[in-house]
Amino acid sequence: MSSSAAPAHVHTDEHYLSMDLLRFTTAGSVDDGKSTLIGRLLYDSKAIFEDTLENLERVTEQRGEENLNLALLTDGLRAEREQGITIDVAYRYFATPRRKFIIADTPGHIQYTRNMVTGASTANLAIILIDARKGVIEQTCRHSFIASLLGIPHVVVAVNKMDLVDFSEARFNEIVAQYSEFASRLSIPDIKFIPISALHGDNVVEKSARTPWYQGGALLYTLETVYIGSDLNHVDPRFSVQTVIRPNNDAHHDFRGFAGRVAGGVFKPGDEIVSLPSGLPAVIKSLHGPEGELAEAFAPMSVVMTLDREIDSSRGDLFAKAHNQPAVTQDVEAMVCWFSPAKLNPAGKYILRHATRETKCAVKAVRYKVDINTLRKQTDDVAIGMNDIGRVFLRTAVPLMTDPYKRNRTTGSFILIDEFTNATVGAGMILWLEPAERSAAGQFADMGGL
Amino acid sequence: MSSYNLTHLAQLEHEAIFVLREVAAQFERPALLFSGGKDSIVMARLAQKAFAPARIPFPLVHVDTGHNFAETIEYRDWFAAEIGARLVVRLVEDSIKAGRCQEEKGLNPSRNGLQTVTLLDTIEEFKFDACLGGARRDEEKARAKERFFSHRDEFGQWDPKNQRPELWNLFNGRKNQGEHFRVFPLSNWTEMDVWQYIARENLRIPSIYFSHSRRVVNRNGVLLAESPYITLLEGECYEERIVRYRTVGDSTCTGAVESPAATLGEVIQEVASARVTERGTRADDKRSESAMEDRKKAGYF
Ligand SMILES: Nc1nc2c(ncn2[C@@H]2O[C@H](COP(=O)(O)OP(=O)(O)OP(=O)(O)O)[C@@H](O)[C@H]2O)c(=O)[nH]1
Ligand SMILES: [Mg+2]
Repeated sequence: MSSSAAPAHVHTDEHYLSMDLLRFTTAGSVDDGKSTLIGRLLYDSKAIFEDTLENLERVTEQRGEENLNLALLTDGLRAEREQGITIDVAYRYFATPRRKFIIADTPGHIQYTRNMVTGASTANLAIILIDARKGVIEQTCRHSFIASLLGIPHVVVAVNKMDLVDFSEARFNEIVAQYSEFASRLSIPDIKFIPISALHGDNVVEKSARTPWYQGGALLYTLETVYIGSDLNHVDPRFSVQTVIRPNNDAHHDFRGFAGRVAGGVFKPGDEIVSLPSGLPAVIKSLHGPEGELAEAFAPMSVVMTLDREIDSSRGDLFAKAHNQPAVTQDVEAMVCWFSPAKLNPAGKYILRHATRETKCAVKAVRYKVDINTLRKQTDDVAIGMNDIGRVFLRTAVPLMTDPYKRNRTTGSFILIDEFTNATVGAGMILWLEPAERSAAGQFADMGGL
Repeated sequence: MSSYNLTHLAQLEHEAIFVLREVAAQFERPALLFSGGKDSIVMARLAQKAFAPARIPFPLVHVDTGHNFAETIEYRDWFAAEIGARLVVRLVEDSIKAGRCQEEKGLNPSRNGLQTVTLLDTIEEFKFDACLGGARRDEEKARAKERFFSHRDEFGQWDPKNQRPELWNLFNGRKNQGEHFRVFPLSNWTEMDVWQYIARENLRIPSIYFSHSRRVVNRNGVLLAESPYITLLEGECYEERIVRYRTVGDSTCTGAVESPAATLGEVIQEVASARVTERGTRADDKRSESAMEDRKKAGYF
């Protein structure tokens, strides 16, 4: 069995360091073949080490299975291997001469939707698998909707198990039509379709001779060439203070630096900032990054800022600029994904974590729940249970500095925490509201406008 | 706009620093688990950067099996003094003496698993509420499932089937009395990234990472170094080989690899063309299919 791991080209430092990075996630219903696909991708691109492969062969044999069980490359937990399903996200790393990849292989089982969302929240691209025999089913819709809500710009729909439908072009086209119809109600800018067999490797790394009717590239080619313009915001200056650094030693007696990560825009020494929510102005004296003093800082850099004057600022505050500020508000209108077996309490209180700020919040209204299959807004049934997605209105105990999620993933997102169990029970994406909407309760923008 | 780009190594660096600062902000008594291995050296370096010009606001903690390589221990002490950090060392030996755990019996006795007892006792002794570890997801299949902020119950246990969702970069470090977190700032780093960073930062690392001559015994394909803690079995003997280490743990279960790589550049070349995983040299992982998961569930690093 020949398999060389990281191919020899990655060793030249400049090349290695200049490769760009694509983070992608798998999605789709249980048993659609997500883990098998990732295994196949790694196997066929020779990214599996010899000892891992030997181990895989041994375990496959012990299980009495015929085909090399490629799903076991990511299904690493004992419980996953026993049941043959994925329970939690597995992260895998690999590189080709063109790109570095971080893969999140996520579970399809509805019970573990929270783990799918975990893997998808940091992805630039999602591969949504569909079993060619089954077509588009509820979990396909749920995961596609979540990918759309999370603002994942690229989706590759991999119509899998084509071997079981005789590589039928007609069946493929049927599924393309079915999915396209559904996806027209989502906001995903780029959708591509590929007929594959994860089990046998058709159109995964190499183009398959069994789908002569398919004109596009193999999956790996698509992953290597999809344009990843930054989804980071370099326009609106945002910097949430994580912690204040005070060395209190002789060499740096008066040093007081605000440490944090730039969430948007560009900051330079000499720029005037305002600290929110207080509104106090100051001028940036110096910027310090991991490699020393900086002439500018942008997302997603972790930096320390010193200011020209003493202002009362600490963790949870946000620096912006006078002419470009986020909303400073205690009212939050958002789409929420719910993870907890206990339903969202429509009059409940939760802990809300947004950027570096943590506060209590009260649920003021549940506007609607989304019917996953039709994407219709249900206003009669607004009980938000596990794996449901709905629009809620929250009131926080202290002001938050927010942007719409669509504009900024960092200042537009939050999580909800149960104050008694400390569990993360929900994830929220802040909506874009027209001024008129802010006052008119009950009137809301289309969620596609998220 | 395209000028606002970071190399992927810089992206990983900024991410790790963000995580380290979150730990300092969210917890009262964090600790940085420091073994003197390459990952913990990189993590400590990142911690220096995260809090500069102040010192690292938490101690370095080493759980010493007493069977470590002399070079690593020397390095550990030098490093802590060099960066002016507080170093806490707790010995597995003391846990054994106190009757908290027992030396393993059998063919390959190792104190590797016993570290869990000493580690959890140390966490309790100092009331540490977050322990920073240098584990990476690319190392091992159970580690591939870890969150950045990984919750441990009051018995120090990990429940991999019931982890908290972890979205974006919003880390939920809330816990009840007696529980703690393990936090892994290097989650997304690969072995290659670690070496590239060591090269970029020009970090000093223990000499055993570079090629040297050493007497070793080949046991089930693992080259174990000569030491008083290893009893040769029938038919086994020590041989002089030119080796280096890819990962550094307890000497009774960490194998050497035959290698002429004597400089960082050569090590990086070697890593780039490696055909086995770095944990392929770890006898502790070879014990069973889910050895790492089982140890982690019990509270291991
Ligand atoms: N015939 C055929 N079977 C496949 C193909 N891809 C996957 N399978 C089989 O489908 C079953 C499920 O595959 P997995 O990869 O575990 O599915 P999954 O989507 O990861 O499932 P979850 O992670 O639990 O949601 C396994 O028995 C695979 O061998 C394919 O292309 N053709
Ligand atoms: Mg799977």
